[in-house]
Amino acid sequence: MSLDYIINIENLKKSFGSTVILKDINLQLKKGETVVTLGKSGTGKSVTLKCIVGLISPDSGTLRILGKNIPELNYEQLLYIRKKIGFVFQSGALYDSMSVRENLMFPLIRNTDMNKNEIESKVEEVLNDVGLLDAINKMPSELSGGMKKRIGVARTIIMNPEIMLWDEPTTGLDPETTRDISHLIVRMQRKYNVTSIVVTHDMICAKIVANRIVVLKEGKYTESGTYDELEKSTDNFVRSFFEDVNNNEKEKLSNYERK
Amino acid sequence: MLNEILPKSFKGVLLETWGIVNFSIRFFKEAFKPPYNLNEILKQFFKIGYKSLSLVGITGFIIGFVLALQAIPTLQPFGATSLIPSMIGLGIILEIGPVITGLICAGKIGSSIGAEIGSMKVTEQIDAMEVSACNPFNYLVITRVIATSLMIPLLIIYADTIALIGGYIALNVVSDVSLGLYFREVFDALKFSGIIGPVVKTFFFGFTIGIVGCYKGYIADKGTESVGIAANSSVVISSLMVIIWDMIAVQITNIIL
Repeated sequence: MSLDYIINIENLKKSFGSTVILKDINLQLKKGETVVTLGKSGTGKSVTLKCIVGLISPDSGTLRILGKNIPELNYEQLLYIRKKIGFVFQSGALYDSMSVRENLMFPLIRNTDMNKNEIESKVEEVLNDVGLLDAINKMPSELSGGMKKRIGVARTIIMNPEIMLWDEPTTGLDPETTRDISHLIVRMQRKYNVTSIVVTHDMICAKIVANRIVVLKEGKYTESGTYDELEKSTDNFVRSFFEDVNNNEKEKLSNYERK
Repeated sequence: MLNEILPKSFKGVLLETWGIVNFSIRFFKEAFKPPYNLNEILKQFFKIGYKSLSLVGITGFIIGFVLALQAIPTLQPFGATSLIPSMIGLGIILEIGPVITGLICAGKIGSSIGAEIGSMKVTEQIDAMEVSACNPFNYLVITRVIATSLMIPLLIIYADTIALIGGYIALNVVSDVSLGLYFREVFDALKFSGIIGPVVKTFFFGFTIGIVGCYKGYIADKGTESVGIAANSSVVISSLMVIIWDMIAVQITNIIL
């Protein structure tokens, strides 16, 4: 039964010292599904993503990703499963000492048997997908915040991942770039049919990308539903996210066709 | 029980030592596993070796020059100026050259590695390598430690040579000595067995500077302040380790010979 899910998290718990971050996380995603996680800062949204990819070890619980329980894997097995997972960091996390081209070539050189020409054309293809082919020879220090995030996305999708984890992809960006990045997430999902978890506070992004939204409160997912369902929620905590979207944004959001 | 008795600072030293030892063990476990990152090793050779040549060369020259200038008035009243080349040779090659160059490299290279890797940790670049299945330890640590272990001994040989030339020039300021005679005197004073210890210890200096810099960068916390801490503590620990390795090397050489 659980093998039907690409991501299956059950009873996940994580504490840092005496601070309990994740009390009881349960989340299941089917192939191609995009789930948005909402929650206040410091409630463990990013910690959950880092547990999924094995950067943080959970205290207990099951984290079955593509059928493998992450906490039980050794380092080599973890590296193998990570090839199928893409992680887009909040900052982009581009390698400072490498150009955009080298940033994108790096995972391909180390993880595939592709020759130089194949790698070059793949790099150009994904840069074209994110609309930044012109930036191929630039250094990360020459790029804006939005461009860094797009290159971060390109570096992730270049490995054709089955799962994408997005850690606050639109934080710190202006509304226009926020929409561009959100539409990019939708395009990537449609083109590559990836299963995604998107951590965000941004309701514009949530509305554009989410098939389902889950709300993280006090270490647990307390609410789950579509954007429209949660918008009608009577829970004050859930409502607070929707009230943050001002009327102007609501008007613009109503123009977007949800998937 | 032991936890309560030991002072906090001493426990910190023990934990730090244990961390560096564990990190070194991981280095030897992973150093022979592919991929071997030859391009990155060559890049580090250039950064660590070539880019340190001027600093190490100037320092070496001044050390040799000053050592000779100070030796001349001291030995002249005893009519022992002919011993100055031997004294410079022994002093520079056995002790002063390796230790001073080691300390300079700990400052320049150790801090640079600590800050670079610390900054990569803080900006999640190391995590980004981890999640894209590119073992960052293999790419960042193995390459830098191999480069320091091989380049720092070469830098020390280079500094020794420049220091000997500095000594020759200083000697020629006050007297007239031919280059051939000077270097014959220098090498006559050295025994082959005597220079094995000083050469071997330079590899330990290089390894220590690389591994400590990488370790401090790798364990940097979040926040820009930790980059400074990583760079600073890399210099402090690797400088101290250079002195400790030197002391051990001298003791072992004395026992063996």
